[in-house]
Amino acid sequence: MAEIQLKQLAHSYLPHPAGPHDYALKRIDHVWEDGKAYALLGPSGCGKSTLLNIISGLLQPSEGQVCFDAQDVTNLPTEQRRIAQVFQFPVVYDTMSVYDNLAFPLRNHGHAEGVVRERVLKIAEMLDLSAVLKQKARGLTADAKQTISLGRGLVRESVAAILFDEPLTVIDPHLKHTLRMQLKRLHQQFNHTMIYVTHDQTEALSFADRVVVMYDGDVVQMGSPQELFERPAHTFVGYFIGSPGMNVLDARVEGNRAYVDGRTIPLAQGYDAIAGEKVEIGVRPEFVRLVRKEDAGESGLPVTVKRIEDIGRFKIARTEFFGRELNVVIPEGTAVSDHANRVLFDARHVNVYADGWIVEGEAA
Amino acid sequence: MKTWNNKAWFMVVPVVILVAFSAVIPLMTVVNYSVQDTFGNNQFFWAGLEWFNEIVNSERFHDALGRQFLFTFLILAIEIPLGIFIALHMPTGGWGRPASLVLMSLPLLIPWNVVGTIWQIFGRSDIGLLGHTLQLMGIEYNYTQNTLDAWVTIIVMDVWHWTSLVALLAYAGLQSIPEAYYQAARIDGASRWAVFRYIQLPKMSSVLLIAFLLRFMDSFMIYTEPFVVTGGGPGNSTTLLSIDLVKMAIGQFDLGPAAAFSLVYFLIILLLSWVFYTVMTNIEKRGD
Amino acid sequence: MALQLESISKVAGRETHIYPMDLSLEAGTLNVLLGPTLSGKTSLMRLMAGLDKPTGGRVVWNGKDVTGTPVQRRNVAMVYQQFINYPSMTVYENIASPLRLQGLDKSTIDRKVHEIAELMKLDPMLTRKPLELSGGQQQRCALARALVKGADLVLLDEPLANLDYKLREELRVEIPRFFTESGSIFVYATTEPSEALLLGGNTAAMWEGRITQFGPTLEVYREPVSATTAQVFSDPPMNFVNVEKAGDRLLFGEGQSASASGDLLALPDDRYMAGFRPNHLSLNPLEGQVLKFNAEVTVAEITGSETFVHLQHADDAPWVALAHGVHELPIGQLAEVFVDVRNIYFFNAEEELVAAAAATKAA
Repeated sequence: MAEIQLKQLAHSYLPHPAGPHDYALKRIDHVWEDGKAYALLGPSGCGKSTLLNIISGLLQPSEGQVCFDAQDVTNLPTEQRRIAQVFQFPVVYDTMSVYDNLAFPLRNHGHAEGVVRERVLKIAEMLDLSAVLKQKARGLTADAKQTISLGRGLVRESVAAILFDEPLTVIDPHLKHTLRMQLKRLHQQFNHTMIYVTHDQTEALSFADRVVVMYDGDVVQMGSPQELFERPAHTFVGYFIGSPGMNVLDARVEGNRAYVDGRTIPLAQGYDAIAGEKVEIGVRPEFVRLVRKEDAGESGLPVTVKRIEDIGRFKIARTEFFGRELNVVIPEGTAVSDHANRVLFDARHVNVYADGWIVEGEAA
Repeated sequence: MKTWNNKAWFMVVPVVILVAFSAVIPLMTVVNYSVQDTFGNNQFFWAGLEWFNEIVNSERFHDALGRQFLFTFLILAIEIPLGIFIALHMPTGGWGRPASLVLMSLPLLIPWNVVGTIWQIFGRSDIGLLGHTLQLMGIEYNYTQNTLDAWVTIIVMDVWHWTSLVALLAYAGLQSIPEAYYQAARIDGASRWAVFRYIQLPKMSSVLLIAFLLRFMDSFMIYTEPFVVTGGGPGNSTTLLSIDLVKMAIGQFDLGPAAAFSLVYFLIILLLSWVFYTVMTNIEKRGD
Repeated sequence: MALQLESISKVAGRETHIYPMDLSLEAGTLNVLLGPTLSGKTSLMRLMAGLDKPTGGRVVWNGKDVTGTPVQRRNVAMVYQQFINYPSMTVYENIASPLRLQGLDKSTIDRKVHEIAELMKLDPMLTRKPLELSGGQQQRCALARALVKGADLVLLDEPLANLDYKLREELRVEIPRFFTESGSIFVYATTEPSEALLLGGNTAAMWEGRITQFGPTLEVYREPVSATTAQVFSDPPMNFVNVEKAGDRLLFGEGQSASASGDLLALPDDRYMAGFRPNHLSLNPLEGQVLKFNAEVTVAEITGSETFVHLQHADDAPWVALAHGVHELPIGQLAEVFVDVRNIYFFNAEEELVAAAAATKAA
């Protein structure tokens, strides 16, 4: 277990980067606290895998340092960094049995057979692999193989961190739950530092204590799942997290009101003059209500309802407001009138953004 | 379910006819000869299994068979590991890759009797580079008169000629291994040898099986190259099975025994190939 | 225009991929094949397309038996999970390729390609090669190539599975759009129940080579005819508990009981399996006829606005409760969970539905 520090870290795959766009990973200063579970979340190409490979040592950063517990490991090769990594595709040594697979890292480091045996049996029990220890690794299912990959990482006593690179990619959706639960349980029991890379927000939010959202090589926001959900620091985070993503509308903001296409929307906080070219307000579909004109009052926005999708545990109303899409999440059991054509925003959950970044207001 | 499959059969007919004429019918002719006796005047007498008996029990056959096994064994023992070794060290990117691939392919492109001729001249002590150099160094080397020299020559020649095949096949097998395996091995602290033994070798196994079978069959049937170099000599010390067979069939014109010999030869190769194939695929399967 | 599969089956070697089944698809419908991997979705689609011959039964198109017709002669388009495009051709060429095969004239081809490119938002990329595009764009190109043909039968085999989560969402919203503009029969295979619900249309729930139920999506969801269908259509999986009916009481163990009414009253006294969806298992007390169970928390997964709480109740298979809001519950904590009886489905020993959740019928 270790604390991992990234100091002024940046990486470009080109030998002579000219500007920010040549960097796959832009400058990042960050501390990964000991024992916490982190998720690196972002779309393809945002730099999350690059960052992971720099931490594990499979990639040398072009700038900056990586430190484990204050020891500079930037130039230390992977083998000596005491990290474990689980890849997208299960990596198992086909010719060996499950037991030998798990024992492999320990034997490479020269541990005595007695120690090896004890560790392997313990990890196997933790991961429900005891029954298949004697079988050849080759014939097992994908999720069993991924579990073995995970086990190989855990089996070493002093693991600084466990890194996951989109590990559930090849796993059947039904079994994703089970593996996710296993990981979470492992974390709560043993408190390893875990860093999990994914593009799936459900995976990220359900696994991590803290989620790091990345976009185009930058860290856009880092926070607990709840913070990311309720107060996205950037419109990208609002869009990327939540299904459907946050609704964003151009607006003019004065004091504690926002003006959208002639309509007034009350805000929970007051805002002074906002610097920035593009001012928007954002509100998640979960905090929008679809009501009838009579029940709307002054602040209701007129919308046309295009479709209502029923996905069982809630419905999604896809509406259009002056050419812009506005989604509304309707909880199960809430009736929606056919004549509903106004939307109301919950003022406490409307955020104001300037040039994409959130603006803090003062309590009204 | 009739309609669409029938056309496929028509496509196959030309190939069937071709194979029939070039392989099946001659084979049947051989079988015919092997069970009959003739004095060459188109009169045939039924001989039954007499020729087979004679061949299988003849010392000459046993000697040739023994030499052949030795030859094939040495070939496989050298070429397979050497090919793998070369494949492991061939460049995987940059300009080195196409360059090394072309270099490796060159020996495979040379007509076989030219290969034989190259080595025959190469080894001569008067005009051959190798032969003359060895003579200058004071080493006795004469492949026409010394049995050991003859054996060394034909083996080195075959290794030079065919190791590339093993190397290229193994190289292709290696290329298909995803990077993640090597990364995981690094993280697990695996040594170079362990990476080879647990990742590269198993992943190459199906390709190596093909390489093994190909080299086995080809070396067991080899004729042109050693014949051009040594003619089977000195004496009959490099008379491998095929060379012996040709001597019998064309040299002595003993059609009956030669035909029987060919069939026995054919059956041996078939049997051994099948045995190797079954054993090797079972080794793979045993884990599941 | 209708596609009918009559007693169709597929056996390969010793494995049965598709057990004999009947299926009837109407023109202009979007049909979802929902089931876990290896349930037979791809095999079934290949039989529909004509890529595989069925071992038994026949494929009938508009009344004509097309079982023996090879796929090139049928009017079918297929989109795969891997983005499959001709790598050496530009996007324009890719989309135009089926039209060229049909022998249309240049101006018609041009018009159609531009039409569909606009629909797919591929206009700016027409001159690029597929490998220069992002994953989402490549899949749009494959979709465009499939749709431009105007085929009567369009098959989509988990087309969004290889895309990023967000891209998947975006494309999924757009698919019903293309579908309504043609009149073809669409068949869409997926492993995710939420996708089936979002796409609408009809759904065939598949399990291990059989179709367990086929009908309008919401109907299959709300009124599953078997426990298997209910399982296939729930993500996370449905929770089950044993229940015994005695007279007019339903006994759930732990001293919990409820009165049987309506359809339930008519059931013979016996042991049954009660199933309820995770979103109906609440951490907060509910009103109405409510059952209370004690369970141990195994893990709580927070997903932003909701929390999936995994629980262990007695010796049952693990339960999942979906709670709104963020609940941080440590492992091992005992929790009380509540279920409204009206949300419970009852299954008999043969796993057939004997009584649907009363709440669904009232809605």
